[in-house]
Amino acid sequence: MVEVRLDAVSKVFARSGDPAVDKVDLTIRDGEFFTLLGPSGCGKTTTLRMVAGFYFPSSGRIFFGSDDVTRQAPNKRDTGMVFQNYALFPHLSVAQNVGYGLRTRKVRGTEAKRRIDEALEQVHLAGYGSRRIDQLSGGQQQRVALARALVIRPRTLLLDEPLSNLDAKLREETRLEIRRIQREASTTSIYVTHDQAEAMAMSDRIAVMSGGTVQQVGAPEEIYRRPANRFVATFIGRSNVLSLPVVGAGPEHVDVAGPDGVTLRAAAPEGHGLGETATALVSVRPEHVRLTGPDAAGALRATVVETEFTGMSTHVSVDLAGTPLHVAAVQLPAGLSSGDTVGVVLPPEHLWVVRP
Amino acid sequence: MGGAAVSVQTEPDAVTAAETPAAASARRLRSGAVTGSRWFPYILVLPLALVLWGYIVQPMLATFSESVAENAGDNYAGFFSAGGVARQSLINSILISVASVVLCGVVGVAMAFLLRRFQFPGRGLIEAIILVPAALPPLIGAISFQLLYSETGILPRALQRLFGTEEPVLAVSGIAGVLVVHTFTMYPFFYLAASAALRGLDPSIEEAAYNLGASRLRVWRTVLLPMLTPAMVSGALLVFMTSLASYTAPLLFGVDQTMTMQIYINRTNGDMPLASTYASVLGVVSILFLLAMRWYEGRRSYRSQSKGIASHRREVTNPLGRWLAMLGSLLGVAVLLAPVATIALVAFSRDGSWTTQVIPSEYTTENFRTIFNDPRAFEPIMNSVTISAVATAGIIVVGVLIAYAVRRLRFVGRSLLDIGVMLAWALPGTVVAINLIAAFSTGNAFSFGQVLVATFWIMPLAYFVRFLPMVFRSTSAALAQTDPALEEAARNLGASWPRAFLTVTVRLVLPGVVAGALLAFVHGVGEFVASVLIYTSQTEPISVAINNSMYRFEMGTAAAYGMLQVVLIFVVMLVSGRLENGRSSRSAREATQWAG
Repeated sequence: MVEVRLDAVSKVFARSGDPAVDKVDLTIRDGEFFTLLGPSGCGKTTTLRMVAGFYFPSSGRIFFGSDDVTRQAPNKRDTGMVFQNYALFPHLSVAQNVGYGLRTRKVRGTEAKRRIDEALEQVHLAGYGSRRIDQLSGGQQQRVALARALVIRPRTLLLDEPLSNLDAKLREETRLEIRRIQREASTTSIYVTHDQAEAMAMSDRIAVMSGGTVQQVGAPEEIYRRPANRFVATFIGRSNVLSLPVVGAGPEHVDVAGPDGVTLRAAAPEGHGLGETATALVSVRPEHVRLTGPDAAGALRATVVETEFTGMSTHVSVDLAGTPLHVAAVQLPAGLSSGDTVGVVLPPEHLWVVRP
Repeated sequence: MGGAAVSVQTEPDAVTAAETPAAASARRLRSGAVTGSRWFPYILVLPLALVLWGYIVQPMLATFSESVAENAGDNYAGFFSAGGVARQSLINSILISVASVVLCGVVGVAMAFLLRRFQFPGRGLIEAIILVPAALPPLIGAISFQLLYSETGILPRALQRLFGTEEPVLAVSGIAGVLVVHTFTMYPFFYLAASAALRGLDPSIEEAAYNLGASRLRVWRTVLLPMLTPAMVSGALLVFMTSLASYTAPLLFGVDQTMTMQIYINRTNGDMPLASTYASVLGVVSILFLLAMRWYEGRRSYRSQSKGIASHRREVTNPLGRWLAMLGSLLGVAVLLAPVATIALVAFSRDGSWTTQVIPSEYTTENFRTIFNDPRAFEPIMNSVTISAVATAGIIVVGVLIAYAVRRLRFVGRSLLDIGVMLAWALPGTVVAINLIAAFSTGNAFSFGQVLVATFWIMPLAYFVRFLPMVFRSTSAALAQTDPALEEAARNLGASWPRAFLTVTVRLVLPGVVAGALLAFVHGVGEFVASVLIYTSQTEPISVAINNSMYRFEMGTAAAYGMLQVVLIFVVMLVSGRLENGRSSRSAREATQWAG
């Protein structure tokens, strides 16, 4: 319902002295499902809690639309938050939990009842209103928390790792459900997670965070295909990042000397600033590396170190002239085992230069 | 009161996560896996049941028959007729208890909130000494408040001097005095309960309320208070019971018409049937409260589910607020330490030298020298130590075995055994004494035909009854924390049951047992309430000696004895705190202040 903008927001906790969040600039568009993704301690939850108002930024400003909410109390912000542990009120029934935010907004009587019922229906919990919280399963509690946050029609929906306490199968179902409900309400949503698969599957856009700063913002596919730097390349999926000498450069590409001396052309972001004598970091996804016979045309020779069958594909670790390389092969040349020599093809269209 | 001793089965559908592996294997163990024999538990339990029957239940019944022996219940009529002493005493006792609950509730919960939710200068210090007034032996606690706040007390006289008024200022007397003592010594019941509940409260639940638009006041009203209710109800029940049993405060502040005082007065006047009547009524009321408490604790409480973010204390940053906080902390420290400081001060005053001055005018070390040099003055100390040691020895044997039986064995009547011990805890010391007098003024089977009244043995017996729950409870808590799988592991590795029991279970439970035994011992040394009804000149314990010294206006001597008790208590608290190694220090602290 509103655009959320963070303007050079930093948070320094008195205890540590180091910034937990360092000059973060973000704009979350109206109605967008936006994810803060990063490993634990990267500052994503701190950022979310500043949006919710549980922390005030040490510097910088936060806007909901044109409202400056930087120092506004959490109960005045009109956000709906789903907590990691759901934070349901144990002394209230399901319906009372969902109705709590309505009561604080002076929505009462039949109107309140109608909206509670609606919200419970939306999360497939119609008829559960009179249950006690401890009579619900984890997944049901999760959905009550979602209903409680949505029933107030918040300006933004904030979700703090809401799926992390669910088991794997339920997690996948629930993430679809959350996305469906969010689309129906078209509420601007900020979702915090450390699970990149979850982020890829759900988000309109993702901000990858590390060490308190935003590493890259973009649509899932863009982040996957064109990671900005080594951290993003390796955190989002697996990636081989090869350090190779530059032999020539154009505005949107770099020519590098491959492991066996053959020149490879890799796409590079505009303004990459790499010239001859520099070293480029070239990333290539394991699933984009092709395995061939050792003598196939255009193939580099490598030695198999280890193979690992995972069902969908086989992970093959090879040694490419001293550089370890991961390959995910859907179809494997028959009878491959450790010590064998194979051919490896690095397709130019999948080579991408990342910043360090 | 910690949940440790109350092993009510929780509703099956309530918080299934509470079923720990330890509890699960405890069930496995109770079902006979320990020894193979279905009859083994009864061989162990029978003597224990006899002890509880003989020294706790049967004396209670003896008191009742004593109360109706002469005139078939006429004594009880007094409680129903308007204007009588009996009825007034019951009403007073109940009113004092209700007022104590309210006062302790306000003070205790406020303290818990201040200390748990705010960071301000002096917070750490206050938290460190917050339980000091409650840890004092009951008599010394009451005396110190009398010396501080009564008409002849230090504070009212100092204010009188300061303002140049005719009368002492802010002096408390009568029921007000009793309430001051109760508030200072019993607010920890609320403080500890509320503090633990606040610590266990998931901060994100509060945040969720703010997030949904609730104001601070609303969060308080709709989230915090409802979630603290279980803690506050059990705090209230405890304060009520302890106030009802309170004897020293009414004694020192001259409130004669309370149940405990009427028991004492009638007993001293030789009207044993009437004393028994009061004791029976007080006993029954106490037991009703015990049952109420067990019922309530069996219900579910709200526990934290979150592991992540710990609750943050709000830093008081406003400079004026910091100043006020600092000032408040200083005042708090002064108030909390004043009782001990007063006793220490008076212990060095010359007997009879303190008349109308604000504080004593002449100081000496003679009081302490007399106690240690004069054999007659030293005798009460010897008496207290001997009686407590004998009682503690018995308590350890019986308490540990009952705890083991209740926690680890399955047998018919398990909860009866549990209730038996809790009865001893619920009965006021005054009632315990009357019960023993009623039961053992003639010989019976449990005294091997001997008359115990006016002998040495009735003293340790009374202490045994009063402090048995301490060892039971600490052992029971330690057992609950010891996974029965450890004993199974020992047996799996080839140890026989006795060997496994001794080398694993006993070894692991030992710190808890020792801590409980130390507590029982130290409470024995401070015991006054029961002793004063049953001592003889040969068995006069320290507290009675203190009381008698106070009567002779030998305040210095009285305080010197008191100081020895105080030092002993703090040493033992320190040692038992070490022993428990923090893991269940809460139960130890709770256990330190219940003997009214």
